[in-house]
Amino acid sequence: MGAFIALAAQVWSLCVKELLAMVKDPANRLILFAPALIQSLLFGYGATFDLTHVPYALLDQSGGKAATELVARIDGTGVFRRAMTLRSSEQVAGAIDSNDALLVITIPSDFDSLLARGETAPVQVILDGRNSSTAGTALGQISAITAAYNLTQGASAPVSIVRRAWHNPNLQSRWTLMPALIAGLSLMQTLLVAALSVAREREQGTFDQLLVTPLTPIQIMIGKSLPAMLIGIIQSTIILAIIRLWFQIPMQGSIMLLYVGLVGFTAAAVGIGLSISAFALTMQQAMLYTFLLIMPMMLLSGLLTPVRNMPDWLQVITYANPLRFGVDMVRRIYLEGAGLSDIAFDFVPLGVVSMITLPLAAWLFRNRLS
Amino acid sequence: MSGFFTRLRALLRKETRQMLRDRSTLLVGLMLPVVLILLFGYGLSFDVRDAPVAVVIDDPAPVARDAVAGISGSPYLAPVFVADMADAIALMRAHRVDAIVHLPSDFARRRAMGDAQVQVIINGTDTASAVIIEGYLDSAIAETSLHDSDRTGPGGSVGAVTVVPRMWFNDANESTWYLVPGLLVLIMTLIGAFLTSLLIAREWERGTLEALFVTPVRPTEIIIAKIVPYLLIGAIDIAVCLLSARFIFHVPIRGSLALIVLTSLLYLAVSLLQGLWISGVTRNQFAASQVALLASFMPATMLSGFIFDLRNAPLVVQVISHLLPATHFMAVIKTLFLAGTVWSAVVKACAVLSLYILVLGLLTHRTLRKRLD
Amino acid sequence: MNEAPPVVAIEGLRKVFAAPDGTPFAAIDDISLTVRPGVLTALVGPDGAGKTTLIRMIAGLLQPDGGSLRVLGHDVHRDPQAVQNRISYMPQRFGLYDDLSVQENLDLYADLHGVPDDERRERIGRMLAMTDMARFVARPAGKLSGGMKQKLGLACTLVRSPDLLLLDEPSVGVDPLSRRELWAILEQLIERDRLSVLVSTAYMDEAARCDALYVLHHGRLLAQGTPDDLRALAQGLTYEATPPPGVPARAVQARLIDAPSRIVDAVPRGGSVSLIRRPECSEAAMAALVPDAAITPREAGLEDAFMLLLHAQPGADVAPAASPAPPLVRDAEPVIVVRDLVRRFGDFTAVANTSFDVRRGEIFGLLGPNGAGKTTTFRMLCGLLPATSGTLQVAGVNLRHARSKARARIGYVAQKFALYGNLTVRENLRFFAGAYGLRGAAADARIAAVIKRFGLDPAMTSGILPTGYKQRLAMAAGLLHQPDILFLDEPTSGIDPLARRAFWRTITELAAEGVTIIVTTHFMEEAEYCDRIAIQDAGRVLALGTPQAVREAAGGDHTMDMNRAFIAIVEQSRANGESAAA
Repeated sequence: MGAFIALAAQVWSLCVKELLAMVKDPANRLILFAPALIQSLLFGYGATFDLTHVPYALLDQSGGKAATELVARIDGTGVFRRAMTLRSSEQVAGAIDSNDALLVITIPSDFDSLLARGETAPVQVILDGRNSSTAGTALGQISAITAAYNLTQGASAPVSIVRRAWHNPNLQSRWTLMPALIAGLSLMQTLLVAALSVAREREQGTFDQLLVTPLTPIQIMIGKSLPAMLIGIIQSTIILAIIRLWFQIPMQGSIMLLYVGLVGFTAAAVGIGLSISAFALTMQQAMLYTFLLIMPMMLLSGLLTPVRNMPDWLQVITYANPLRFGVDMVRRIYLEGAGLSDIAFDFVPLGVVSMITLPLAAWLFRNRLS
Repeated sequence: MSGFFTRLRALLRKETRQMLRDRSTLLVGLMLPVVLILLFGYGLSFDVRDAPVAVVIDDPAPVARDAVAGISGSPYLAPVFVADMADAIALMRAHRVDAIVHLPSDFARRRAMGDAQVQVIINGTDTASAVIIEGYLDSAIAETSLHDSDRTGPGGSVGAVTVVPRMWFNDANESTWYLVPGLLVLIMTLIGAFLTSLLIAREWERGTLEALFVTPVRPTEIIIAKIVPYLLIGAIDIAVCLLSARFIFHVPIRGSLALIVLTSLLYLAVSLLQGLWISGVTRNQFAASQVALLASFMPATMLSGFIFDLRNAPLVVQVISHLLPATHFMAVIKTLFLAGTVWSAVVKACAVLSLYILVLGLLTHRTLRKRLD
Repeated sequence: MNEAPPVVAIEGLRKVFAAPDGTPFAAIDDISLTVRPGVLTALVGPDGAGKTTLIRMIAGLLQPDGGSLRVLGHDVHRDPQAVQNRISYMPQRFGLYDDLSVQENLDLYADLHGVPDDERRERIGRMLAMTDMARFVARPAGKLSGGMKQKLGLACTLVRSPDLLLLDEPSVGVDPLSRRELWAILEQLIERDRLSVLVSTAYMDEAARCDALYVLHHGRLLAQGTPDDLRALAQGLTYEATPPPGVPARAVQARLIDAPSRIVDAVPRGGSVSLIRRPECSEAAMAALVPDAAITPREAGLEDAFMLLLHAQPGADVAPAASPAPPLVRDAEPVIVVRDLVRRFGDFTAVANTSFDVRRGEIFGLLGPNGAGKTTTFRMLCGLLPATSGTLQVAGVNLRHARSKARARIGYVAQKFALYGNLTVRENLRFFAGAYGLRGAAADARIAAVIKRFGLDPAMTSGILPTGYKQRLAMAAGLLHQPDILFLDEPTSGIDPLARRAFWRTITELAAEGVTIIVTTHFMEEAEYCDRIAIQDAGRVLALGTPQAVREAAGGDHTMDMNRAFIAIVEQSRANGESAAA
């Protein structure tokens, strides 16, 4: 027991040193924490698939009562904002090319008469496919509006659908994205902090000084991991606070479990970072190798697009990506209120990555020679 | 003037050699773009296929089974028939299905009365997928019930409005069509943010700039020499992007190829100068890379209209987005790829990008004014 | 006499920097000086004297805050580029591009200075011949040894004949052999091209070669004149004390240097001690300090004058001397055993068949030119690098494989400052105390003890300490855990003579307490402090023994200084090697 305390005390002094060295520099402090704050605000507002302002152009060739009513419904949603009213079909191309309108609604001249005759009246919607996800969503809304219009006209569907969305009742994309950022945004800094920690000491010559002390490689590894993990978790906390308090997205799960999950996730991230660091000979190399990894990790995490949509071979690769499981875990705990048993599997790949990378880093400390 | 060219040639040779001898630079400059192209092309897709949906039918009547026949027929949905709601909920909790379609036990009875309900529960955790799956479910169920109404022939026909959509520029509605052109923006940004942002900082840290300053060298020569080798790397990346867009992902190139190359080179220059400027201001590789990452790369990914449509963001975010050169390049490159040559857009983008080149060039020049204090 | 206009004319120059705490301090304080054409002018002074700042201002890299500064007839402040077009400047850390080859570095600077092709071929050829680097033209600059880098830096600076050459401590961190070569090149060029040169240096033997000297201290001009003018200041105050047989010179030196009220300076040299008395101290009072030694007057040198000038300044104190420890009986048992040690990197043998022992309480010096294998040997001893073959025991174990307990018995002070620059002195010490397993009251007591011993300010941020204090802090960190063996890798490289005196005072004290000390150094005169030295070159040990024995091996008597002995031994061995190869 006494021996353990002695070993732990040595590690503790290394942790204190690492943290002091990191936060002493005011510029460093800013770099460590300001970006998490700014980015989570910026992305919270900017990164959304939800439609609030869709500029559209109207080409109403009928001018009839039914057409006017339908258009009034579209305008009434508050989402669609009429950017221009067209006179002829020649103007359609211009409206879309100039980016002034995301879609053009064309109501044919025989619209009212078709309806009156009890026939199907087509409304043509031309969409700007340069950003097809927004266009697709807008189209869905137009369809919903016309369906609602049809209902009031008595063309009732025999079956009605009662929809309920679990975990995100209004299907707001901010709810999907922001909790994922608790893991996603902190990954970048955690990786960089870990990746630079040994590389910087090597470049500045302090690493030799560290290696001649009685600290064992395992102790050095732990002493270097814990501060980097702490930085990562503090960043996650900042983002969590913004999501919870600023954007007021309700949290369903246990905060304890969330932190347990984050510890598992950051440990794997730090393991990768430290391995890069122990392998790189200069800070520049450490940084470039980190960038080389961060991009694919972000893309293959499910942060933006579902992992399930990827080809099988890519899905296999994602098992080595801690962010995939970090994102999954955070989303499930935060939005779905998942319990430990629900997310237990996520710890397996995270654990495997940590078990490989952390000892690898420790081994490289002594055996990687310049 | 001949002095200018001699010095420039010497510096160019130096920078090119340094670039070619640094393996990590080449990895980031040439390998990472290829990896990204492949990942974006193959890995990233917003398109849903075979989404698993639990179907619970509590009414044994055949009419109930018919009502969900459309789900089995849909190429986008993969129904999983389960016995009761408890099982369905368990599947959904375990993320084995994305939605539950529930036909209550009184479905057939109420169907006859004309007010039957189908309950649809969607997992909203992944909003983008949820919205799309919801759309598919709606149309699958509506399709079946429309067939039904034809058969039963409800009395008093009233004309209905149908929407006839046409997706211009992207008829197949494939996300690769707009992701791959957007990738060009991302890769050009990356070279500036990751590579040139280290260049001046490295010379400060290694002390090589001090000796260089006390020679007849002018700051402009240093800037040009540092930009040109990376312009070449960027040009190779542009070629790789265009070739893979055309031949691997079959993205149409409807506008002028020459203009695509021209605007790409302009944006590349903006990105490289931005990296150099950050490098010159911070004088420290770690800070430079962090600032570059946070001030140029992340915003270019998230706020340039690459994935998210900024029209829906608050004004502040829109203003920030319009301050980014990436936003202007993103708009014009998507237009040139998918819509064709729209001169007004091209001229505007070129003007904005040229202005950025001028401003960033002057700012970078200031950071190299041969002074240590 | 009708004199040519001066190359550099400085009048009342000032430069103010903000100190780390925000208060302004004058790095250059009202300095006036001139550099005459065709003459070698030197700026001499300890660390922080303002030498580098002054040279940078002349090069147009820093703005003056007052006074006038004209170089080659131009106002530097107004038109720095005009000056930069005509001068050549070699910064202290010369900006070689490590990833470019020797030839590519030379070509780059030749192009930048617009040297025409034919002239360039002739000049670069001559440079390569002079620096003896023609063999290495294709080697990347990063793979050169320190001395070669410095020579290449000089060659790059001199790819054309400038109207003024500025050299900022061109030979710092370079071994005597390379230093001699560097100066030979310089003097040849001055002779041939009638160069005007301004050089800053902390080496007095280099200053002695110059025509005009300016002594700086804390940004102010202390003295100026020819070397003879300055030497005259110390005339009649310099002596040599020869200790009785059996008493080591450094014991006598320690007694002398601990009496600062009577003695300005004392250093062991050639088996005896060179000393300077204070003008106010009588000869008799001086002799009373060391009644057993024979004291004879000697010729004053430039270093004597320099020490005298510095000691007249406030704050130029030598580290406080601790109470003398009882002399220790040395064990015959060696604490370090090295047998047939070999280290290869690929097909390059860095250390070949090296064997030696070090006994407890001994000061053992590893000497050699840059790239001789000192650092490699040293790193193997500390357990930082595995040996290719051979046996190596430190305190009975091989540190490379030893449990951390064995490492707790050694202390290590790296070549360049290797502590955490943005932590304070106390935070650094706290960390190392913790790393060495010291806790609680024991740690506090040790930290307090080393802070007192080395006169450190615990609240200072260590990265901005003057070089001498950084070195003290590194020593303090290495001694926190009271190690049995202390490894010092070029501990005095780049620190001024004053700080070096203080450093060696501490080392001899530690040895007396029973600490075994292994030290590598470039400064051959420092070998005099060692009990035994080993001289290495090209990976092999050329000489091993007491300084006296090494001098004799070099074919000299006790008056031969260590520098000459070293050069003789290395050159003799190289000559043998070449004749054997031929």
